[in-house]
Amino acid sequence: MKFLVFIEQRDGKIRKASLEALSLARKLSGGPVAAVLPGKGVTALAKELGRHGAGTVYVADRDDLALYSNKGYVGALDAAAKKVSPDAVLIAATAMGKDVAPRFAARNDVSVLADVMELRLEGDRLVAWRPVYSGKARAEVDCGSAKLQVATTRPNVFVAEAADGAPEPAVEALELGAIAPRAKVLRVETPESKELDVSEADIIVSGGRGIKGPEGWPVVRELQQALGAALGASRAVVDAGWIDHQHQVGQTGKVVSPTLYVACGISGAIQHLAGMGTSKVIVAINKDPEAPIFKVATYGVVGDLFQIVPEFAKAVRAAKAE
Amino acid sequence: MNSLVCIAYVPDTETKIKIGADGKSIDESDVKWIVSPYDEYGLEEALKSREAKGAGTVTVVAVGPERAKAGLRECLARGADEAIWVDATGVSHLDALGTARALAAAATGGSYDMFWFGQKGVGYDESLVGPMFAELMGVPHVGSVLKLELGEGKVTAHREIEGAHEVVECTLPAVLTAQKGLNEPRYASLKGIMAAKKKPIAEKKLAELGVAEADPAQAKTRWRKLELPPARQAVKLVPADDPAAAGKELARLLREEAKVI
Repeated sequence: MKFLVFIEQRDGKIRKASLEALSLARKLSGGPVAAVLPGKGVTALAKELGRHGAGTVYVADRDDLALYSNKGYVGALDAAAKKVSPDAVLIAATAMGKDVAPRFAARNDVSVLADVMELRLEGDRLVAWRPVYSGKARAEVDCGSAKLQVATTRPNVFVAEAADGAPEPAVEALELGAIAPRAKVLRVETPESKELDVSEADIIVSGGRGIKGPEGWPVVRELQQALGAALGASRAVVDAGWIDHQHQVGQTGKVVSPTLYVACGISGAIQHLAGMGTSKVIVAINKDPEAPIFKVATYGVVGDLFQIVPEFAKAVRAAKAE
Repeated sequence: MNSLVCIAYVPDTETKIKIGADGKSIDESDVKWIVSPYDEYGLEEALKSREAKGAGTVTVVAVGPERAKAGLRECLARGADEAIWVDATGVSHLDALGTARALAAAATGGSYDMFWFGQKGVGYDESLVGPMFAELMGVPHVGSVLKLELGEGKVTAHREIEGAHEVVECTLPAVLTAQKGLNEPRYASLKGIMAAKKKPIAEKKLAELGVAEADPAQAKTRWRKLELPPARQAVKLVPADDPAAAGKELARLLREEAKVI
């Protein structure tokens, strides 16, 4: 069973989600696997992939791969696949991975097990569990009759295991033709107050209608900062214009699986539960004891968030200072 | 500016999902169906582009059983000019590649500058069909578009990535997938609803479009089982009468019991 893993880097740093996919591939194959790493100046990064399970790293290191292009990055993956002839390709389900996987798959006349949360082998066939209807149900899926099996793995779900003392991987440069993409990234715009994105965060603190208005955010923010978390929001407060939609968690926002999710003043509409119900630990603070959020919460406080949350933040800071 | 807007007709986001008798699909009996919310942003942007250029058509297309026509009719009421229904009656589950192939077959012969999809179809939540369609059509794509500027023979799109935007210049024709924040979709007016009744819906049969994946034995991905998510443990409630004590107890539980901070 031959695996090939697509490795994503941004600004010279390999993404944790890619290391998760790489570790998973090694675990499933029982030995080192092949990886492909496109970008500019990435050859130096290839070595560190050995610890996570790469036996061979195919590197596409070019000036014109400094910024992402679907054509260039899928081209690199496809070129590596031609060399490896893999049975399975794993890609982290990040913004880039979600852009790369479907085009690579269609080019090879196959489909994708998308955004999987569990992956195992039955013989040499991948079998996955993936959330559907935004987590209101889960489907067990496989690649049917496809020869090449492609899966994208949800970030933060699998463990990026590192084995110290693993041998350095073989590094092989890929020869790619001219790229000249028709969809060309001109620049990446990062907001000045760069906030941790909810889709990448280990911990999320979210606010809902219970914060009563945009002037209620500082209370939630205080806890968010104490926990080093990303700030989330319910659809109700996004639609009310209290905060930008990029913070929205739910079926029509981001679907997340953090280690810890703290819901402040969120009742837990089915739409919202769908987006965060797979979080490992959920804390709910809400006045209404009947709020559906308590049905999924691990820990709950039925009370006034304006009283509880500041004390919670204070206790978190104290606990962390110990 | 001619656009083809590809829509999925999906269970309402407020719908409670029940597992069907076959154990691998949903029970459709009490389901209310809606146009997938992200597709609405795509439709709105296509309508706005037609208005901005003062010329062109907006065509909507859906693959599905008879009910998909209701979704198409809704888009016509909002201002689309014409519709194509790919009749997939009797096909229980079409995978993403099969759906992309059916849409590509339906699009062939048309003259389109932009192909719009939602950044994901609410339900299967795969985010696959748009880019796959682009690959099959041999055109570029930009996924998760938050902002679009029209140019001559090209567009500049702001695409959402983790914590940042990629500003992408893309030649037309191209596939664009719409993200929430792109625009505010309009509602259908009464006049629009009346006019929609007279607008044409062309019909194509999936069976006649050469889509191999419509045959379950040829599917490239398939659902083997569908389950409700595993039940979570009952909530452990912390008394709220003393806020300071409640805060401390929460922090203690997270640190000592759950071990997450």
